[in-house]
Amino acid sequence: MKAKWLVLLAAAGLAFGAGAAQAAPREVRIGFIAPLTGPFAQVGKDQVNGFILWLEQNKYKMGPLTVKFTAEDYEAKPALAVAKAQKLIQRDKVHVFLGGLLAPTGYALAPVADQFKVPYISPAPAGEDQTQRKRHKYYARLSFTSGQCQHALGDWAYEQGHRRIVTVGADYAFGYESVGGFQRGFEDKGGKVVAKVWPRLGTVDFGPYLPLIPRNADAVYALMVGPMSLAFPKQFKAAGFKMALLGGTTSTDEFILPNMGDEAIGYVTTSHYSAAIDTPKNHAFVRDFQKRFGKMASYYAENSFTAALYINEALKRTGYNPDKIEVWLEELKKIRVDAIRGPVYLDAYANPVQNCYIRKIERVPGDRNNLGVKPNSLWNIVIKTYPAVSQFWNYKPEDFLKHPVYDKNFPPCKFCGQ
Amino acid sequence: MSQFSSELKRIIWVLAAFGVLAVVTPLLDDYTQTIIMRALVFAIMAMSLDILMGYTGLRSMGHGVYFAFGAYSAAILISTMKVTNLLAVFGVGLGLSALVAAFLGFLAIRAVGVYFLMITLSFSMVVWGLAYRWHTVTGGDNGIAGVIPPPIFGIPLTNPVAFFYFTFIIFMICLALLYLLVRSPFGKTLVGIREGEARMKMLGYNTWLHKYLAFVISGTFAGISGTLWAMLNRFIAPTDVELVTSVEALLMVALGGPATLVGPVIGAGIIMFLRYWVSTFIERWYVILGATYIITILYAREGILGKIEAFLAQRKARGEADAAISQVQEQPEELRT
Repeated sequence: MKAKWLVLLAAAGLAFGAGAAQAAPREVRIGFIAPLTGPFAQVGKDQVNGFILWLEQNKYKMGPLTVKFTAEDYEAKPALAVAKAQKLIQRDKVHVFLGGLLAPTGYALAPVADQFKVPYISPAPAGEDQTQRKRHKYYARLSFTSGQCQHALGDWAYEQGHRRIVTVGADYAFGYESVGGFQRGFEDKGGKVVAKVWPRLGTVDFGPYLPLIPRNADAVYALMVGPMSLAFPKQFKAAGFKMALLGGTTSTDEFILPNMGDEAIGYVTTSHYSAAIDTPKNHAFVRDFQKRFGKMASYYAENSFTAALYINEALKRTGYNPDKIEVWLEELKKIRVDAIRGPVYLDAYANPVQNCYIRKIERVPGDRNNLGVKPNSLWNIVIKTYPAVSQFWNYKPEDFLKHPVYDKNFPPCKFCGQ
Repeated sequence: MSQFSSELKRIIWVLAAFGVLAVVTPLLDDYTQTIIMRALVFAIMAMSLDILMGYTGLRSMGHGVYFAFGAYSAAILISTMKVTNLLAVFGVGLGLSALVAAFLGFLAIRAVGVYFLMITLSFSMVVWGLAYRWHTVTGGDNGIAGVIPPPIFGIPLTNPVAFFYFTFIIFMICLALLYLLVRSPFGKTLVGIREGEARMKMLGYNTWLHKYLAFVISGTFAGISGTLWAMLNRFIAPTDVELVTSVEALLMVALGGPATLVGPVIGAGIIMFLRYWVSTFIERWYVILGATYIITILYAREGILGKIEAFLAQRKARGEADAAISQVQEQPEELRT
């Protein structure tokens, strides 16, 4: 009786181990780790769907190679993402893995890539240091650094005649880095950030924070995330503020935008993407995404789509040998791709150099450009394009890297209280 | 059959099961190995909580606190300060979590029941806030990466099999120590306190001191599991030490069977298996987890291990009853009444 149990146990163990994927010669295996359950599930689905859209358009083929795509859920928990990356590498034997949404996951996954010598291509996590002071060999980013386009918005804000600006940023690393980028871009031109307000991440009642905004400032720069993005402009307007409202990438991204109301009209934000970019490529992308998934295309989806484009291009130029990881990864870091968002190439630090769009929210009557998006939607209309913006703005990388990474106290608030 | 030999039999069974685990694990594929390692690490945490929850009757929602101190001290020592002595890393993690438990114990032990739950819950929120906010030390939201386990006695722990045996040996040591603890007069006193604190007080026991010591010991072991966890993932972030971690440990104990020590290990194994293995097939694995809890609550309140033991005991009792009946039937006619 007991012996029988032991045999059963051993057999179960063996069956467990036999599940490993068999290596087929002509396929490229790609893994994707996204938050598919929990509060970030919908964004995670956008991420995966962007990649799937490319795959479906190309019939799951990259040249002669069949794409074997595996998506894994990590519940927005970095430790779980590490485990799932190990699963993708060890069990599914992927040639490359993508994924992560928030910066911590990016920081957690890059060392895994180096450990197993399997490339990690980041389609969202924006932690600055990942392509600055804490780089990894098997890592490349196809999204943006937190501060990248914010520098451009700072520059633009000064050009508009704003001289005294208040920043209101979510109180965590992405907030610090975005606000830091904006502050540097703005103050380099001669502007003054006169107050920095840090609402707790997830704040939906800004009552305690709004009185901290001096009424005589020229504009407010708001870096909001998730539900904060919806609540802030409403309460800002309701509190009687008349000054201009500027914002970061996540403050009005296309994931949030359809849920905003008229209070958002006139809100100016920046990003490396907007669903309203008027190029044939983007029109086709927005139309296809809307048709397939019933949603306005967001930068999350575009990033993943571009990642697919990039991997395909790198493989193509190296003769479709996914097993020669070093070769095609090297190529991937060199190529220029004409992506949906515009021309993109990676700098020597594996971060994209790309257009930064200054966008103003407008309500467009009817079906804008006949893309099938819900009529009378709000759009992030591009009002200025800063071409080929690097993560280092207009600094030399060496000079930029001499400074510490953007933080709550860096750049210091020299003009606070003035 | 005497009680002593049935206990011995149980020990042999448990040792045999873990022996099989030790032999079979390196033969399995790498991913399954990592799941087993994760389960072992969390099993240490669940066992340590069992001392408090199962044996002493103090339901703590603050076990993430010591886990956090163990994990963050390891991450800071290894990644930031480049310490290469593994024993020192463990020593600091252990000492720090013991110290923290010793301090928090003063505040928490005066409360009982739901108040104890609330106080320990607030500890875990405070420590999460510390990890999240004190970014010059903890890296804030971004966490600390590059927690690569240094070698021990010249054996490189970057090798997965070596790390498995390392984890396994630490787990077995923890299991043995905690087993000795609960079998000791001290452990029996804890059970006594759980069953009737007033009586224990009447008998002259310093129940406050007993509970306090249980609290500190429990926290110290949770610290060990935190240190291992940071090295296993080579990364630590506030999401690892948030309230959910504490609650999960609580659920592992409840699922496996409180006051059994081995039960929480089973609970940890089941939850880790669901989270890391089933979730790769079924996106909505939370539903399965939820259903598991509901079934446990409805049909096996004493936990899975408790249910199995009850079943075995019942069968044995029935067997003895049958034997007694047949003995009676075999008796000669004239002896029957």
